[in-house]
Amino acid sequence: MRPTTPTAEKAPTTTDTTTGRHARREGFEDGALLTVDDVHVRFHTRNGVVHAVEGVSMALSEGEVLAVVGESGSGKTVFTRRVMGLISGSRDTDVEGTVTFDGIRLSELDAKGLSKVWGKEIALVLQDPMTSLNPVKRIGTQITETLRLHQNLTKQDANARAVELLRSVGLSEPERRVRQYPHELSGGMRQRVTIAIALSCSPRLLLADEPTTALDVTVQAQILDLLGDLQSRLGMAMLLVTHDLRVVRSRSDRIAVMYAGRIVETAATKDLFDAPRMPYTEALMNAVPPITGPNHVRLAVIPGRPPDLLAPPKGCRFSPRCPYAQDRCLTEEPPLRDAAELPGGATGDHSFRCWYPVGTAENVEARRVNVERGETAAGTPVTGEMVPA
Amino acid sequence: MAEMTIATPPTTTAPPGETPGKAPRGGRRKAAVRRIRRRLVHLLIVLIAVTFLSFVVIDLLPGDAAVVVAGDNATPAQVAQVRIDLGLDRPMIVRYVDWLGGVVTGDLGRSFRTGQPVTEALAQRIPVTFELTIIAQVLALLIAVPLAIYSAYRPGRFVDRTSMTIGFGAAAMPQFVFGMVLIVVFAGGLTSILPATGYTSFFTDPLDNLRTIILPCLTLMIAEAAVYRQLLRSDMISTLQEDYILMARSKGLGPRTILLRHALRPSSFSLITLSGVNIGRLLGGTVIVETLFAIPGLGQMIVQAVFNRDYMLLQGGLLFVAVAYVVINMIIDLLYLVLDPRVRRDA
Repeated sequence: MRPTTPTAEKAPTTTDTTTGRHARREGFEDGALLTVDDVHVRFHTRNGVVHAVEGVSMALSEGEVLAVVGESGSGKTVFTRRVMGLISGSRDTDVEGTVTFDGIRLSELDAKGLSKVWGKEIALVLQDPMTSLNPVKRIGTQITETLRLHQNLTKQDANARAVELLRSVGLSEPERRVRQYPHELSGGMRQRVTIAIALSCSPRLLLADEPTTALDVTVQAQILDLLGDLQSRLGMAMLLVTHDLRVVRSRSDRIAVMYAGRIVETAATKDLFDAPRMPYTEALMNAVPPITGPNHVRLAVIPGRPPDLLAPPKGCRFSPRCPYAQDRCLTEEPPLRDAAELPGGATGDHSFRCWYPVGTAENVEARRVNVERGETAAGTPVTGEMVPA
Repeated sequence: MAEMTIATPPTTTAPPGETPGKAPRGGRRKAAVRRIRRRLVHLLIVLIAVTFLSFVVIDLLPGDAAVVVAGDNATPAQVAQVRIDLGLDRPMIVRYVDWLGGVVTGDLGRSFRTGQPVTEALAQRIPVTFELTIIAQVLALLIAVPLAIYSAYRPGRFVDRTSMTIGFGAAAMPQFVFGMVLIVVFAGGLTSILPATGYTSFFTDPLDNLRTIILPCLTLMIAEAAVYRQLLRSDMISTLQEDYILMARSKGLGPRTILLRHALRPSSFSLITLSGVNIGRLLGGTVIVETLFAIPGLGQMIVQAVFNRDYMLLQGGLLFVAVAYVVINMIIDLLYLVLDPRVRRDA
């Protein structure tokens, strides 16, 4: 471990005398590895202010897998980059809120402080392996530069470790691969390489931003299994960002659903699938074709498009597309509510944003009202069979 | 003239999802040989086209070489004799084939005016122009590349804005005006620390050589440096948007490593291309600068040859220009192989 850990930026909950990694961890509340508190990101564009992330909070413990799920444009990528510190405040970017990693206030570190954490403690895997590797550098070099930077390995040691890493991510002939260039590898192989790079210094947190979206379906499962396998073997925490609920069902401990820059529902994975409360979550689930269902059936589609973040809808962000929307939804934004308040309330930590949560009498009533008038309060047409009762 | 030989930046997209073939160990050498062979064929075609065209054009020019060479007071009989002596009485195509035969054996003929072998004249002029060209290019790149990198790193900030303003100013000024400004400042106007005209060979006096070429090189380089900076800056800015740069940042690499080790090489292809074109062009003669500073280079020689109707000398000069152009582009083409591994496979 580097002796010069940035002590000045430690969170207030840690004591100043602790310098080692383990000492700091013990001093930190709940043993959470990553705490995100009320994070906002706003971009000032020519057309106005885009509020890409709005008041997102979450916590992630050591070894835990948290899935962030949302459509494109929901702010999940911006959120991950802000968590890591890759997006910081500038002339046209406002950031707010705190990100604390292992007792270190990431959100207050400068570029130099962050670069000591990046690659070493927190690593990133990007969506498209075709573009995330440098086309003019050998694969071996792209792995060893991290090792040599953070672990002061000699060239020989770093090379040996690179070969070992490539083998551990399931690449054949790793000795040959280190001398190859990215264009000589397929997409799936390249993503294995980026994972090898990310894991080279055994980080404690991996941010995987849609790691399989750009890959063939058959390769997707392999990469996800590899990630899951490595994650549990190394005991690292993972923030798995995806738009695909199927991907995370068996591969995450918790899920946070994002919509229009906000978290609209968060729960343990099982609880979320058992009893989704937010209509958006429910809609996402209905958009997944059931394995046992009949063939050639029209899939449930969420009407409309994700909201324009330049001018987000008033009230509940999902109200223009929600089959249950009532007048209240159009004017008043629901806060994050605790599912335990609800009759037959959920166990554990489950919260959501909705005035008429799925599975309650209010929800049934709202739907009845909308079906009767043929449209929601926002004017979206509703048919009787739109949501299976 | 030789547009068709300008090296083009590599088109570099390996088809996505393609399974890798065998690794091209030594593929680089094979690709290089293939490219050189293709370029040599190119070279032949270009040379024949260029020399033939210039023969035709010279033949069509008004004015008679024999009249010019024989002098003002020559009688028609003397002129006729000169014409026969120079071989100008033969048809153009015969003269061309004759000249071409000479080229193959390394004989470029003799100057109409001085009787000096053309190869000898070229041997005197080429090193001068070569020195000017190379030094000006190196200077331009030395100034432009660091400025471009820093400007791309902090676009719109002080360094970027200042160098852009100065660069555009310099590029917009005609070369001879800038040269005269330099003369006024350094050579006889405000100060007299450098000679305004003349040229001393490096082998005669290295220090004096340096003193005589500073101003011409500065004059040549300024506009190029401005264009290079602008080009590399914008390519670099778009490279810095790439995912692999984000990836490099997320590894914890510092800005210096990212800019120099990750972003510079993939951003430099158009700069290399343009630089190659410029070297080829400058080798063909830097007439204005050579005239302004009275430097006995190739450009001056070619212009004088045109005025004197010294067709043999002119023909030899043009031959060299064409060869230089194609050879430089061949070198650039090979540089792509070194710079971009993706080129090694297609081609």
